[in-house]
Amino acid sequence: MSTRFDSTATVESGPATKDRTNGHDPKNPSASVQQSARYRAPLDTAIIDTDIHIYFPTQDVLRDYLDEPWQDYHRTFGQRGFDGSHYPRAMPNAARHDAWPGDGTPPGSNLPLLQKQLLDEWNIEVGVLNPLVGAGEQRNLAFGAAFARATNEWQLAEWLEPEPRLRASIIVPWEDGQLSAAEIDRWGSHPGFVHALVIARTKEPLGRRKYWPMYEAASRHDVPIAIHFGGAGGGPITGSGYPNHYIEDHGGMPQTFQAQVISLIFEGVFHEFPTLKFVLIEGGFAWIAPLLWRMDSSWRKLGSEVPHVTEPPSEIFRRHFWVSTQPMEEPFQPNQFRQLLGHLDLDDRLLFATDYPHWDFDAPDRAFPVPLDKERRRKFMADNARELYKL
Amino acid sequence: MSEPNRIDCDIHNEVPALEALYPYLPDHWLDYCRESAFNGPDAADYPETVPNSARADSSPKPDLAEVQARALDVADIGILNCAYRVQSVRNEDLAASLATAVNQWQVDHWLEKEPRLRASIVVPSHNPRLAAQEIERWADHPGFVQVILPVRAEAPYGNRRYDPIYAAAVKHDLAIGIHYGGAPGHPPTPTGWPSYYIEDYANMAQIFQSQVINLVCEGAFERFPQLRVALIEGGFTWLPSLMWRIDKEWKGLRHNTPYVRRPPSEYMREHLRFTIQPLDAPPNPLHLAQILDQCGAEDLLLYASDYPHPHDDQDILLDLLTADQRNKICSANARQFYRL
Repeated sequence: MSTRFDSTATVESGPATKDRTNGHDPKNPSASVQQSARYRAPLDTAIIDTDIHIYFPTQDVLRDYLDEPWQDYHRTFGQRGFDGSHYPRAMPNAARHDAWPGDGTPPGSNLPLLQKQLLDEWNIEVGVLNPLVGAGEQRNLAFGAAFARATNEWQLAEWLEPEPRLRASIIVPWEDGQLSAAEIDRWGSHPGFVHALVIARTKEPLGRRKYWPMYEAASRHDVPIAIHFGGAGGGPITGSGYPNHYIEDHGGMPQTFQAQVISLIFEGVFHEFPTLKFVLIEGGFAWIAPLLWRMDSSWRKLGSEVPHVTEPPSEIFRRHFWVSTQPMEEPFQPNQFRQLLGHLDLDDRLLFATDYPHWDFDAPDRAFPVPLDKERRRKFMADNARELYKL
Repeated sequence: MSEPNRIDCDIHNEVPALEALYPYLPDHWLDYCRESAFNGPDAADYPETVPNSARADSSPKPDLAEVQARALDVADIGILNCAYRVQSVRNEDLAASLATAVNQWQVDHWLEKEPRLRASIVVPSHNPRLAAQEIERWADHPGFVQVILPVRAEAPYGNRRYDPIYAAAVKHDLAIGIHYGGAPGHPPTPTGWPSYYIEDYANMAQIFQSQVINLVCEGAFERFPQLRVALIEGGFTWLPSLMWRIDKEWKGLRHNTPYVRRPPSEYMREHLRFTIQPLDAPPNPLHLAQILDQCGAEDLLLYASDYPHPHDDQDILLDLLTADQRNKICSANARQFYRL
C-alpha cells in the first residue's frame, strides 16, 4: 500500500503545539490580547453593520423574560434542539479573545463592551442584532415560541431602549409557520425590529409550504426574512453524510445557503409572495453567480416541473435577495475580486457586516480584499442596508 | 484549425433490466431476486422519463449500437460510467454480487465488443472492504480505467473508512470517478428534503462541493499522494469560489487539520479533474473565460458528452479555447489522467 501516513492517524498525532489553549485563559479571557491600536485605514463612508451577535449573560436573565410556567420548564428540561450535529468551535464561544467581558459572562452579552469595541471604535451608524440563542431550534415548539418572545422582549428592554444605534431581529420559532407568523405580527410594526431571523440549517428546506404562514406575515409587515449561518437541522451538513471537522462545518455553510436559495425559488415562494425579501447573512457570496448559472440551466431543462417559476431563477434572485459580506471569499489575485463583483451583478444588494464578537470578525477598514470605488464603498458599507431596512 | 481528437469521459451504459444480470448472479441471489420480484437497485436519482434523461432521439438506456452511432462517432475513446446504484441495496452481500455481475456484463456486452470503450468498476462502496475486493477482481483487465462512486454516500469520501478502496485503486493505478447521483437514505441537502426533482438536480453541485472539501480537509490526498479523482457531471464553474472559500477557511482553521499541509486549492488542482458537462455556463462568455482563468481550467477539465443526456452548449466553452487548450481539454488531459 502506497500510503504515506498511518490511516489511523488522528488530529492528536498532528504537530503538537506548546499552548493547547490557543492563547485563551478562561479566568482572564482578555489577557492574551494585545489591546494596542493598530494602524487604521481612514474610512470615508458611513458604516452600517448588519450582523452583530448578542447572548444572554446568564440563563437566569433568559428566565426573567419567560412566562412563569416556562421558567420551571426551562429550569427542569433546559433547551432541547437537534443533536448529533455540533462541532466544537475553533475557540471558546467562537469569539474574539478580547470580546470576553471578564466577569464570567459570554462575549456579546455586555452592552457597554459592545459599544466600546464595536459601535464607538468603528463609528458604526447602525448595527443589526442577530441573537443566535436557540429559540427557533427547540423541538418543543410551544416552548420555542415562548423562548422567541422572551428573546424579543429582552432585545427591546436591554439593547434597543438603551442604545439607539441598535436594531433587533424578530426571533421566531421557525419550524412552526403559524407561531412564527404570530411573533412577526407582534413586532412587525415596531421600527426597532428590522427583519425576522431564521437559521440556515432548518429542518426542511425553507421553500416548503410549512413555512409559508411566516412569509405571509412577513409580507404583510414588509419585514425581510434573514437567513443566518449555522444550525443543526437534524441531519448531516452535506448531502453525503457527516464530515469530521469544524472547518468542514464552517466551510460547508455556502452549500447550505445554496440549498435554501434553490428551495425558495423553485418551490414557488416568490410566486406566492411577490414582495417578500430575504437577507443571506454570513454565507459569503462568491458561490452566488455559479449557483444562478446552474439554476438557470436547470430551469431551462426541467422547468416544466415547476410551472410557478415563470422567469429565469437568476432574475428572481436579483429581485428578492440581499447578501451580507462576511466572511467574504478571498480570490487569489485582486482583479479576480472585481471579476467576481461583475459576475454577481449585485452592487445594490451587498450589505457590510462584521460578525462581532465572533473570531472571524471583519474589520471595516480591511474587510474587502481590494480597494473599491467610492460608489461601491458607499453602497456596500451603508446605503444598501439603509434602503433595505428603511433606516 | 483542425479539430483535435476527442476522448469522451462520460458516456452512460445502463443495465436495461435486472434480467440482463441473471446470467452473472450466483444461484442464491438469483433465487432471491426471482422469489422476491426484486427489480434491482432504484436510486431514483435520474428518472428515465424526465426531460433531461435523454436527447430527443436517444434512449435513456442506450445499447452498444446506439453509443457507437451517436457518441463514438465524434470520439476516439469513450469512458463508460455505469450508474447502477448497488450502494442503495442495503444488503451488502447482494450489493457486492450485483456489482460483480454488472462488471462482468460490462466486459461481455461493451468492452469485448468495442475496443474504443473503457469502463468504470461498479463497487459496493458502502462496504469498502468488499468494494476493494471487487476492484482487485477487475484491476488487471485493461478495459477498466476507473472506480465509479455516486456523489451521494452515507459518509463523505475523505473519510478514512474508504481507504481500502483508495489503496486498491492506487495499487492498480486506477482513477476514482465521483458521479452525479446516489441514494444513501439521508437528505440530499444540509437542510432536509426538497419537494421537486429540479431541486435534487440543482442541489447535486453542492454535494460535489462538499466532497471536494471533505477529500482535501480529511487528508485523503496526503494519505494517498497518487490518488486522482474525476468529478463527473457535477459542473465546475463553482470551483474558483470554492477554492477561495476553503483556502480562507484553512488560513483561519488549519490547526483543525494539521495533515492538510498546503492550501486546499493546491490539492484540488493536483488531484482533481472535472468533466465539462453540465457546463452551467454564465450568459456572458467573458465571464466563463474569467472562470476558466481563475481556476486554471485548461489542466483540470475533461471533455465529456454525458451521452445520452442532452446538452447543446459545449461550443460556448470550446470556442473560448486556444488550440493548445482545446487539445488538452478534448483529449490530452484525459489521456494522462486515465493512462490511455
